[in-house]
Amino acid sequence: MSAALRVVTPGLHTTVQDRGRFGFQAFGVPVSGALDSESLEIANRLAGNSGDLAALEILHLGPTLEVAADSLRVAVAGGSAEIELLGDRPTTLGSWRSALLRRGEAFRVHRLGASVCCYLAVEGGFALKPVLGSASTYVRGGLGGFGGRALAAGDVLPLAREIAAERTELSLPAPLELGGERPIRIVLGPQQDHFSEAAIRTLLTAEFTISKNADRMGLRLEGPRLEHRGGWDIVSDGIATGAIQVPGSGQAILLLADHQTTGGYPKIATVISADLPVVGRRRPGDRIRFAAVEVAQAERVRREARAALDAAIASMAPPRPAGGIDLQRLAEANLISGVVFDRD
Amino acid sequence: MPVKFLPCGDTALVVEFGDRIDRGLSDRVLGLDARLRAARLPGVVESVPTFRSLMVHYDPLRTDTEALTAAIRALLAGELASGRARRLWRVPVCYEGELAPDLAEVAERTGLTSDRVVALHTEARYHVYMIGFLPGYPYMGDLAPALVLPRRSDPRTRVPPGSVSIATTMTAIYPVESPGGWHLIGTTPIKIFDHELSPPALLAPGDAVEFERIDRKAFARIREASERGTYRIDHKELAA
Repeated sequence: MSAALRVVTPGLHTTVQDRGRFGFQAFGVPVSGALDSESLEIANRLAGNSGDLAALEILHLGPTLEVAADSLRVAVAGGSAEIELLGDRPTTLGSWRSALLRRGEAFRVHRLGASVCCYLAVEGGFALKPVLGSASTYVRGGLGGFGGRALAAGDVLPLAREIAAERTELSLPAPLELGGERPIRIVLGPQQDHFSEAAIRTLLTAEFTISKNADRMGLRLEGPRLEHRGGWDIVSDGIATGAIQVPGSGQAILLLADHQTTGGYPKIATVISADLPVVGRRRPGDRIRFAAVEVAQAERVRREARAALDAAIASMAPPRPAGGIDLQRLAEANLISGVVFDRD
Repeated sequence: MPVKFLPCGDTALVVEFGDRIDRGLSDRVLGLDARLRAARLPGVVESVPTFRSLMVHYDPLRTDTEALTAAIRALLAGELASGRARRLWRVPVCYEGELAPDLAEVAERTGLTSDRVVALHTEARYHVYMIGFLPGYPYMGDLAPALVLPRRSDPRTRVPPGSVSIATTMTAIYPVESPGGWHLIGTTPIKIFDHELSPPALLAPGDAVEFERIDRKAFARIREASERGTYRIDHKELAA
């Protein structure tokens, strides 16, 4: 019998995502990939994977899943999301950690908290055929991931491993700093000269609110109008993830992973790469402010962010409390599975 | 107009040759793209040619905008040296009945007969300026001046795949079903985007395209063969 993860309820928008599909933008294929690449990498590492495997990206509301394998190691990372084992006595296994599950056990991912997204990685990854070099799902184009779409109840996701590796579980001692309310750093341009000076000033001083119709393609920002100088349509050119484009309405759209590869609206600024995971976490209704930096500074900040993520990965350790056996976890394991084994 | 380097955050750089849709600008964009790909600069992830600029996506952990700008400037210095071979595709199109829902309206608005619209559309050889908007959506030009119309004022929510369309100075083919605001004057039975293939799009920026008028019988035959995977559309290499 092949190993799988069965979808009991799919959550609101759960898709398979890896770091993205690179190399085909010249053919109009968006990059897609995780909105919060840092949490994706942490989830993978906690599950014992390299950072670039595909995991489930969970938006807003988590799925309920059932293990159809002899054993399976999973890990959740992002926001304050937790894995909760279902059954007669629901048990929370905590956040930012891995857990070992047995055949037939059902669990849900919930309490995303201050982040719109979180990631569920499985040890060894999913046995899905990559499309154009990536397992990322691009729902609008119907490609990649699981059938090119978000998960639905009854889906059976094939797993690459039949059984979990024998090793201790891992947890992240200090959750990632999610970037909460801090200003999002941007580099002005590429078309800042299509905007009035007042528009640039407004962008850098006003507070915007993320509109309800936010999705993986982009965040509409509600707030003061950004006035164009001259026309608001330009001859189509390329779009980078994080670009803030302003159509004729003057209401900005911050473009995320599934954005089109080209477009004909002027782009007033672009979010720096170190802050892309931060905006990827923001929820509809959240406030957003911007601060301008130079490109060289953005590049330095990105190197620092990478070093901080590497330090976080290096800090991963077994989730036991200092100086002893995790009696509570032992007890939970007993109560849930009915047999004695240490989940850690 | 001097070449401009425009930063797009710390992951992309736009090399802008101008602000118009122009064949000469497009050739410069595509020429730089070819040289950039051949140069395999460290840290360059991919490049996207558009009408008047080349977007260069890069990994800021492997290169930086200063090094990249210098390397691209060096490539620009060799701009006149290379000519590129071009592929010429002959794309079959049926311009009849429900396969051409806007043909009569286009004829009326341009003051031409439907036959004349089709003749003008099939007489020209088009240049693929860029692929964008949708996976595999080719922006091809230039249309005969007599066929130039603005986009529809009431965009459709569903345009069937294979629809051959015109708007402004461009003609295009819808690779997949999608919303669309262009005038639909015909349908091709061939698939122009298939994510099982690499590259996934039949047409690439810089290719040349001609449309060949086919009747409904040929349309049905080619569509069936195309769906079975037994239809092969051939291309010719054109000298630079």
